[in-house]
Amino acid sequence: MQKKRLAYWLLIALAALVVAFVPFPAVSSAASRTFKIDANQFAYTPSTLRVNPGDTVTIRLISTDVVHGLYVDGYDVSVEADPGQTAALTFVADKPGSFRFRCNVTCGALHPFMIGKLNVGVNAWLYRSFGLAVMGLMAVIAFQTPNQAQFPAS
Amino acid sequence: MNRIELTRLPAIQLGLQSRYPQLAVFVLMLAGYIFAILAGLIGTPVGNQNFSIVFVWIAWWAVLILFAVPLLGRGWCAVCPIPLPGEWLQRGAVLNPPDKKSKWSNLRWPKALRNIWLQNLSFLLLALFSSLLLTTPNVTAVVLAGMLFSAIGLSLVFERRTFCRYLCPVGGFIGLYSQAAPIELRIKDKQICITCEGKPCYNGSANGYGCPWDVYPAGLTKNTYCGLCMECVRTCPHDNIAVNLRPFAMDLARPSAKLDEAFKAFVMLGSAMIYAAVLLGPWGRLKDAAYHVGTRAWLVYVLVFIAIIFIVMPAVFALCVSPFENLSSLKKRFAAASTSLIPLGLMFWVAFSLSFVLTNATYVLTSISDPLGLGWNLFGTANTTWQPLLTSVLAPAQTLALVGGLIWSARTAQDVSRRRSMSSIPVIAFCLATTLIMLWLLL
Repeated sequence: MQKKRLAYWLLIALAALVVAFVPFPAVSSAASRTFKIDANQFAYTPSTLRVNPGDTVTIRLISTDVVHGLYVDGYDVSVEADPGQTAALTFVADKPGSFRFRCNVTCGALHPFMIGKLNVGVNAWLYRSFGLAVMGLMAVIAFQTPNQAQFPAS
Repeated sequence: MNRIELTRLPAIQLGLQSRYPQLAVFVLMLAGYIFAILAGLIGTPVGNQNFSIVFVWIAWWAVLILFAVPLLGRGWCAVCPIPLPGEWLQRGAVLNPPDKKSKWSNLRWPKALRNIWLQNLSFLLLALFSSLLLTTPNVTAVVLAGMLFSAIGLSLVFERRTFCRYLCPVGGFIGLYSQAAPIELRIKDKQICITCEGKPCYNGSANGYGCPWDVYPAGLTKNTYCGLCMECVRTCPHDNIAVNLRPFAMDLARPSAKLDEAFKAFVMLGSAMIYAAVLLGPWGRLKDAAYHVGTRAWLVYVLVFIAIIFIVMPAVFALCVSPFENLSSLKKRFAAASTSLIPLGLMFWVAFSLSFVLTNATYVLTSISDPLGLGWNLFGTANTTWQPLLTSVLAPAQTLALVGGLIWSARTAQDVSRRRSMSSIPVIAFCLATTLIMLWLLL
């Protein structure tokens, strides 16, 4: 019985490692992509960008009210645009995943929450997390035992 | 694993018996609290440069939700400055009990309100204004001052810490999640309490005050309502009070039977999800609606917020728990099964706060040197460049928190279901669905 349980645990642990780390297949070749983003208090339009890994991304940021910035988490690149002006940021999207971009110039009350999203390829970590959540539950349900409770019944 | 009694260590016993260490922390906290109010009123209106916003909603919140609540339970309540001025006035003393009786009325809190429904509502009230509250210094100052003066006013009319026990919007959820913490205050030997004359732990004595939280320690079975003020450690004449280290979540082995506590779990779970969508999501219109208080969009936001927390989530959960039972049975099962949501809710807040705190943590350095935003540079850090911290580990850490919370909740659901003779699978499915939504919102 103990050996069987150990084997189950190892199997689930192994599967969890596969879910967490197995590489997703690359889907397309790199290209140049340009986005025009309007920034006003406290939103970017469009607020979600989708590119492929390896794409050269150019963001033309147009501020329509006060000074706004755009900083991309994970890439550590940024740009600032004065009111009515356009500023450009170019970088190679060589890290796959989902990244927040956010205003990095204090622009008003909700400034810390002026956020957009850059998806580079598939948001693999999200799907891995879904998989890990389901596997975690499978482990909990599979290994439920009658005396599992840590504490005596009240 | 059994409990380890921390109060057996002489240094801890001495530190808790004496009022001075706690008083020193109290005074420091009270000074910080009053300064936060002043900074909110007279400092810069720019939230991320004002001490009141940065130290309350980033620094204090990070310490509270990422450290104090998960590990120390009501540890924050033990040093919270909000009840202090009112309590000093109520007692007519700062340290030991005075000889003369208090001149205030010391009424009992009305029986109908001896529950946490008001705390559910007070938290909800703050949550509905949260976009304004979290970003506008003078609103934060007014709320902080309001809490302080409410506590003072209630202390002068009602006995003990009525504000903390029945009204504090923060204390309500700390109490809920303190059940998961690996620390507790309990009696050592029940027989000693039964034969103890005068019950000084509850009624007070020359050595200390009766329990400010209106709790009789011998009746403690969970952390929810014990504020860890340590007054009973001082008053117990038999050295029968222990502060124990214990396994996480021991209190959850006794499922709740009260609807107010059940709804607190929904208020917190739902609020974390809505905050994640509003504050961390890319939807500008949603932020606009939440921020522009009084507009039609805000009213719609309020209605949706309330509907999600008080109708949609509880209704779906009720269907999961007991779809074909009578109302009485449903209430019991609903309340008991909601205990399973406590670990999940705590981990939702941890995951949400990680993102919020790590992104904005550098404002703490700026603000500590220039707390009022007046161009000071007290510690040479006023010009620190804003930079999100640990962005590469944020997503894995959030996944760890959320999946860990899900597993923890699933195990709790299994324990609860065994005690209540019901299936845990629908509750686990509910937890999974909410976790997947939260993962989608955060990642």
